[in-house]
Amino acid sequence: MREREDEWTGLMRSAIAGDSAAYHRLLKAITPVLRAAARRGLARAGQPVDQSEDIVQDILLAVHLKRHTWDANAPFAPWLFAIARNKLIDALRRRGRRIFVNIDDFAETLADQPAAETAPASEVAAQLNALPARQREVLQSIAVESASIRDTAAKFAMSEGAVRVALHRGLASLTAKLREQ
Amino acid sequence: MDTDQLIRTLAADNMHRARPVGFVLALALLAAAPVSLLIFFTALGVRPDVMTAMHNPFFDLKFAVTLALAISAIMVSLHLSRPEASLRGWAWLLMIPVGVLTAGIAGEMMMPQRLPMMTRLVGSNSKICMTAIPLMSLPLLVAALLGLRHGAPARPAVAGAIAGLLSAGLAATLYASHCTDDSPLFVATWYTIATAAVTAVGALAGSRLLRF
Repeated sequence: MREREDEWTGLMRSAIAGDSAAYHRLLKAITPVLRAAARRGLARAGQPVDQSEDIVQDILLAVHLKRHTWDANAPFAPWLFAIARNKLIDALRRRGRRIFVNIDDFAETLADQPAAETAPASEVAAQLNALPARQREVLQSIAVESASIRDTAAKFAMSEGAVRVALHRGLASLTAKLREQ
Repeated sequence: MDTDQLIRTLAADNMHRARPVGFVLALALLAAAPVSLLIFFTALGVRPDVMTAMHNPFFDLKFAVTLALAISAIMVSLHLSRPEASLRGWAWLLMIPVGVLTAGIAGEMMMPQRLPMMTRLVGSNSKICMTAIPLMSLPLLVAALLGLRHGAPARPAVAGAIAGLLSAGLAATLYASHCTDDSPLFVATWYTIATAAVTAVGALAGSRLLRF
């Protein structure tokens, strides 16, 4: 558990130093833990656990957009669990339950077996359609067609910088729409 | 979009660098400051006897109190912009202005006074004080909330309340240079009421605006 958390901290430091592969590995590594915690929270609130994937995606977006609030000298896990807890409470509240999520829920799930993905997430996909065309096209190109920034730029006759801007704006407005819904 | 696809997209955006919350907060406050200054100079202005007033320690004490409030609230609000942060270990900072003010009251008590205590407390500007401080706070409060939106506070209402303290502290610093009531008793009463009102508005607005 400790080792895993230390590994996360190391990956996040590399990510901030510009290593996108490390960032990808980190997000992959935390996802099963977030999924298990989301399921546990839903189950405890008497909600169907198959909605967990929406919560996982919500947390991942918040991790991404708020990562500048992480202090690179501090361990990564407490920061992550604080973000996740906040998003989980929000999600449960939106579903009509006031519930308090214990921070230990996340620490405990570290030891658990990773849970398999069940129902596909639908909220992000639904909000994607509400984005301005350019942002949606760029996001879809990178997410669904797994095109690189360079390929996407060539495809839409945009500069790479413009693709990066559209990508980031798209992710930010996606998050804003999820929060407002 | 499945989660693997989302992760790939987020990783593609890894090179995007957000500015630190402190930088964004400073920028927002600097942008709003002219509005508060405009209100101050058009409606109030510096008191005419400011040069002599500066030799009165109780006039200077007002600035020590309001600036201590603004600075400690800025420090606490930046701390609280991190999701894992809590007030624990930081709340004492907010007691500094209270301590300075208490020392001022004690100091005044020990000196011979021309006016009775209640007269000093009630003063002659209480209504202006309670209007001007919240009014000049508003642009700064909006700016502070917008700046702090860049962070990720775990408790948005608390963070909003601190933004209220911050903006009230800055607005009260301006107001203090206008007001001719220098008694710490006046400050402890009317400045506190005005600050409490702004803090309540900040908490209310923060609970909506500072969710992330």
